[in-house]
Amino acid sequence: MTTEILMPALSPTMTEGNLVKWHKAEGDNIASGDVVCEIETDKATMEVEAVDEGVLGKIMVPEGTEGVLVNAVIAILLEDGEDVSAISTAISAAPAQAPVPAAAATPQAPQAPPAVPAAQALQVEAAPAVAPEPEYSGPMVNMTVREALCSAMSEEMRKDKDVFLMGEEVAQYQGAYKISQGMLDEFGAERVVDTPITEHGFAGLAVGAAYSGLKPIVEFMTFNFAMQAMDHIINSASKTLYMSGGQMSSPIVFRGANGAAARVAAQHSQCYASWYAHCPGLKVVSPWSAGDAKGLLKAAIRDPNPVIFLENEILYGQSFDVPDDPEFVLPIGKAKIERSGASVTITAFSIMVGVALEAADILAGEGIEAEVINLRSLRPLDTETIVNSVKKTNRIVTVEEGWPTCGIGSEIAAVIMEQAFDHLDAPLSRVCGVDVPMPYAANLEALALPKVHDIVAAAKAVCYA
Amino acid sequence: MVNKPAQKTTKRKSRTKSHSKSTDNPSNEQLLTYYHEMLKIRRFEEKAGQLYGMGLIGGFCHLYIGQEAVIVGMMAATEKQDSLITSYRDHGHMLASGMDPKGVMAELTGREGGYSKGKGGSMHMFSREKNFYGGHGIVGAQVSLGTGLAFAHKYRGDNGVCQAYFGDGAANQGQVYESFNMASLWSLPVVFVIENNRYGMGTSVERHSAMTEFDKRGDAHAIPGLKVNGMDVVEVRKAADLAISHCRAGKGPYILDMETYRYRGHSMSDPAKYRSKEEVSKVRKESDPIDTLRERIIAAGAADDAQLREIDKTIKAVVTEAADFAQKSPEPDPSELYTDVLSQSLTHA
Repeated sequence: MTTEILMPALSPTMTEGNLVKWHKAEGDNIASGDVVCEIETDKATMEVEAVDEGVLGKIMVPEGTEGVLVNAVIAILLEDGEDVSAISTAISAAPAQAPVPAAAATPQAPQAPPAVPAAQALQVEAAPAVAPEPEYSGPMVNMTVREALCSAMSEEMRKDKDVFLMGEEVAQYQGAYKISQGMLDEFGAERVVDTPITEHGFAGLAVGAAYSGLKPIVEFMTFNFAMQAMDHIINSASKTLYMSGGQMSSPIVFRGANGAAARVAAQHSQCYASWYAHCPGLKVVSPWSAGDAKGLLKAAIRDPNPVIFLENEILYGQSFDVPDDPEFVLPIGKAKIERSGASVTITAFSIMVGVALEAADILAGEGIEAEVINLRSLRPLDTETIVNSVKKTNRIVTVEEGWPTCGIGSEIAAVIMEQAFDHLDAPLSRVCGVDVPMPYAANLEALALPKVHDIVAAAKAVCYA
Repeated sequence: MVNKPAQKTTKRKSRTKSHSKSTDNPSNEQLLTYYHEMLKIRRFEEKAGQLYGMGLIGGFCHLYIGQEAVIVGMMAATEKQDSLITSYRDHGHMLASGMDPKGVMAELTGREGGYSKGKGGSMHMFSREKNFYGGHGIVGAQVSLGTGLAFAHKYRGDNGVCQAYFGDGAANQGQVYESFNMASLWSLPVVFVIENNRYGMGTSVERHSAMTEFDKRGDAHAIPGLKVNGMDVVEVRKAADLAISHCRAGKGPYILDMETYRYRGHSMSDPAKYRSKEEVSKVRKESDPIDTLRERIIAAGAADDAQLREIDKTIKAVVTEAADFAQKSPEPDPSELYTDVLSQSLTHA
C-alpha cells in the first residue's frame, strides 16, 4: 500500500507554504524521523520529518514550488517491497497536483458556530437554582464576626475530617486577626497548618490537595497578599473543572480580610471583589453581619467549588445576633433585604451594608424610604432580588468600597440596563471608593472611602429630592 | 561569585546509597515492557505530529519524542496509590500512566471522546482513575500543585508518593522554591522530577540558569538530589526506586535531575534555530533511548529482531486505532460550552 505525504501545517495559523528543498530523492529509503524536505512558512523555514517508513516513490510537488496549500499531496511513499508501478493507481486516486483547497482537505474544518440566541449569550453563570434562605425562628446568640467565622470553621472541621485550615499565623499565633483562636488546640497541627510567608506556593499546594478531594480553607492574612496567589486561584482552581471535562473539581475556600482597614496605605487597602467576581468557575461571597459570616462560611466550606470569601478587618469585632444552630447555613447566591422601602434601592456588601443602613435612617427622617440590599454573594449575583426591588422603587444606588471602573456597581448598572430599563425613573448612581491608590494621611483616607453622607446625597439625587 | 553554593555544606547521604536490588539487572520481561511503553509514546507522538500537520490538531502541541525513558522508567517504580502531575508536555505521562491512547488522541483533536470532552486539549487532560492530575499550562504551577497532592497523601496516611515533573526552564520559577521549602519542612512524599532537556523553550540551560546542576537545587532546603542519565530507562528505573522509597519511608522529598533531550521543537511551530542540526542528530545517533534499549534487548537475548518487529506492529495498530478514533469521534455538542463551569453537587462527595 502506498502512503501519501501531505503538505503539513507547521504552525497554528499556517494555510500554505513554499516547498524549498527536497532532502530525499525518488528511490531513497526513508526511516521515520528522517528529514524529507524543507518548507518555508511566513514565519520560518522548517524541516519536515517522515512519520512512516518506506521508499520515496514519487515526488508530486517539485522543490521551489510556492504557495503549496496545507494537506496537498507532496510525495508518495512506497512500502518495502512495493515497486513504482503501485503509484499509478495511487496517483489516479490522489488529488491532482494542483493543491486542493486547505479547507476542503481538512476533513474536520471547524463549523460555523451555531447562532446563539441573545438570552443564551448572556448566560454567564451555570449555577443551579439557589434555594431560598431557610426560615429560622429558634434561639439566637450574640457573637462577633470573628467568633462567627471561628465557629463556622470549627463546626465544619468537627463534622468532616477532610476540612483543614492553612495560612500564615493561623496556628500557634492563633491567627493574625485571632480568627482561628483555639483551633490549634482542638484540631492539632495536622489540620491547622502554619505556612511560610509564601502565598504563591501555599495556595498552589492547597489547590493540589483540593484536587485529591481534601477541602482546604486557605486564610490569606489579607487579600492584598493573594495577588501573589492569583495564578493558582484562577488558572489552577477556577478553570480545572472545565478543562477536565468535569472530572477534577477544586473544593477550596480562600478567605481573609479584604478592602481598607485603617491607615495601612495603598498596598494593604484594596477591595478585590470585582477582580474575583469577573471569573467563571469561582463563587465569591462577602458577608456583613456575624450571621452572614457564619452561614456563608459554612456554605463555602461545603461547596464543591472554589469559593472566595471576602471579610473585612473592621467588622471582625462587631457583634450581631446569630442563630444558635450548628446546621444554620446560608445559600450562596442569595441577597438579603436588610431594610424594606419603596423610595430607592441601595445595594451594598461587606462593611458598606452598615454604612448604607445608617444612610437609610437619615433618609427616612427626610421622608425617603430606602430598601437596603445586602448582596452577600457577588458571584453568582442575586440579580432577581435587585431587579425586583428596582421594579418597586424605580431608583437605585450601588455602594462599594472598591474603585468605580469595572466594579460591582458597574455590573449592577449593566444588569439594570438589560433587565429593568423600563422601570427606572432616574439613572443609576454609583457610590464607590475614590479612583486613587489608598492614601495614608487620615484626612485623605477618609476622603477616599464612601461615607454615610455620600450615600444620602446619591439617594436624594436619584429621588430628585 | 562571592557566595559559595550551599551544596558544600548540605549532607547528601542518599546519593551514595546502593540501588534497589530488583532493578540492578532488569529481567528480560522488564526490558520488553520498557521497550513497548517507550515505543508506544514515540509512535503516538509521531502520529500526533502528523495529525497536527493535517490541521486536525490545533493550537499548541508539545511533543515528548526523545524523553521517553524518563516517564517509562519512573512509572516502572510507581505504585497504584501514587499520584502524578506534569506540565503541558504531557502526552507521554498520560500514556505511561495507563490512560487510553484513544481518549488522549481524541482530546488532541478536540472531540467528544477526549479525556476532557474536547474542552482541555493537548495541555489539559486528567484521569482520577489513574491518579493523573494534569496537564498544566502555566510553567511551574504543577510543582506547587504536586506538593499539595503529596500533602494530601501524608494527611490521609495512604502511603502514596506524588511525582511532580517539570523542565529545566520551570526549575527557575519562584514557586518551585516555595514548594521545595514546604515539602522539606513538612517531610512531604514528593519526587521532584526535573526533565532537563537542555532548553527552556529556545533558551539553553547555560543561558537561563546561573547554576545548571539541577540535582543540587534542593540544597538550600535540605532536599537530596541525584543526577540521572535520563536517556537510559534502566538508570531511570534505579533512580526512581531510590527516590520513591525515600519518600515512601517518610524521609521527605527527593529531586531527580533527569538529563534528557527533546528532538522536536518546543511546540509544533518551533523552527529550532537555537541549536544545530548536528547537535540533534548526534544525540539521536549516539543515545536515543529506544535504540539503546533495542540493542540491549538483542544483546541480552531478551528478544530477536523479528519479535521486536512484532511489538512495533502491535503498537502501530494501537496508534492507528487511536488516530482513527480521534478523527471519527464527533465534536462536542454546542451545549457542552456551558457545562462543567461549576460543580453542581450540593455537597462534595
